[in-house]
Amino acid sequence: MDLTLKIWRQKNATDRGGILTYKVTGVSPDSSFFEMLDMLNQQLIEGNQEPVAFDHDCREGICGTCSLFINGRPHGPKRGITTCQLHMRSFSNGDTIYIEPWRARAFPVIKDLIVDRGAFDKIIQAGGYVSVNTGGIPDANAIPVPKFNAERSMDAAACIGCGACVASCANASAMLFVSAKIAQFDYLPQGKVETTRRVQAMVQAMDALGFGNCSNMYACEAECPKEISIANIALMNRNFLKAKVCAEKEG
Amino acid sequence: MNNRLLKFASIGKKVTMGLAGLFLILFLLVHLGINLTLIRNDEGEWFRAASGFMGSNYLVKVFEIVLGAALLLHMILGVILWFENRMSRPVRYFRTNRSDTSFLSKYMFHTGVVIAVFLVIHFINFYFVKLGIVDPPPGVDTHDFYTMARLLFTNPVYSAIYIVALILMGFHLNHSFQSAFQTLGLNHNRYYTLIKRMALVYAVVVAAGFILIPVFYLIKY
Ligand code: FES
Repeated sequence: MDLTLKIWRQKNATDRGGILTYKVTGVSPDSSFFEMLDMLNQQLIEGNQEPVAFDHDCREGICGTCSLFINGRPHGPKRGITTCQLHMRSFSNGDTIYIEPWRARAFPVIKDLIVDRGAFDKIIQAGGYVSVNTGGIPDANAIPVPKFNAERSMDAAACIGCGACVASCANASAMLFVSAKIAQFDYLPQGKVETTRRVQAMVQAMDALGFGNCSNMYACEAECPKEISIANIALMNRNFLKAKVCAEKEG
Repeated sequence: MNNRLLKFASIGKKVTMGLAGLFLILFLLVHLGINLTLIRNDEGEWFRAASGFMGSNYLVKVFEIVLGAALLLHMILGVILWFENRMSRPVRYFRTNRSDTSFLSKYMFHTGVVIAVFLVIHFINFYFVKLGIVDPPPGVDTHDFYTMARLLFTNPVYSAIYIVALILMGFHLNHSFQSAFQTLGLNHNRYYTLIKRMALVYAVVVAAGFILIPVFYLIKY
């Protein structure tokens, strides 16, 4: 396959950046999207040019590091996969492919296609955990967890924190991410006890970091590589309301 | 100050906007009910009685203030959220987003602006006349809303504007109905399909109901 690539190049965080055009030839339809980019980078290195910087790690869809906005969609044209799981057979010979970084005020570009997703870590630090006391090992079956809850919790916990929800959202809202991180604990008795505090702290952190407000367009759900449901956002909203309206004030 | 603003979180704003919207949604049903009496062949007897009641009852006057407040709140929050959302992506994509979203949800702000503009026209035609800010059409009594409505609906230009505005409002309502429930946290597998269906039925009934009236007048006169 022969392809034309239009890639966002930006030297560093303060550089203005712009789209540059590259050609790659002889790409196998069986190769992955990243192998195609590796080919391009090899070409650039041999031509004494700076290779394109992009994030990747596991290359098997579990770490959430990869983050490319391909032809107007995060993680490319296919549903339910990450960029590292995308293969060139999803494109045709002669295609022009636009590759851009995630765009959001809360995700500043560091270089080329790499953005700083530290904002997600700050939200997690605000409350995305379960407080555990040290001591003897508790009996695994001491606290009953209904199967339905266990499954819903696991579905939410599938979120790999890649940021595709923010990238696809017209408002650059992080609500799908935050709600998944709240729901994974809220469905379990061990996590539920802290929901009131957690939901307020995490929403406050999310707002302070400059993410937009959800306007219920659901692009996030359509683009999420782990197909996290927007029902989690409703769960977060009602827990937030409960915390603000029904819960007793602590301290 | 900053702290206070922060306390009024994104979800707080959205919930307030949704609640105000739901109130407006209920009001529209009342308004539609009254307007539909216009197509009764009674020379406006029922319509005059209904608008007379709305203009004189004290409970309705209280309701009117709440309604105005809800409308203002809904619009102000809509504009604030829209600005915040635009600011959250200072550098835009080169290739615009092609994500799979419902078409209408993207244009809530735009359809909202159209409705606001239509409301201004609507207020000049009716509400401001009642308040005495605007003069009624020549030869018509300040309280004779039936004749005012009939004059407008027999005017094809006004009717065309009215129909277009109402179709756009139908789009706005369809998304807003289910959107409000999602924001209030009432969206999960128990309600999802029901709410979606109700949203569609509500939007079609309200838009078609209002549009029926100018169509009726254009055909009859
Ligand atoms: S590189 Fe790990 S998910 Fe794509």
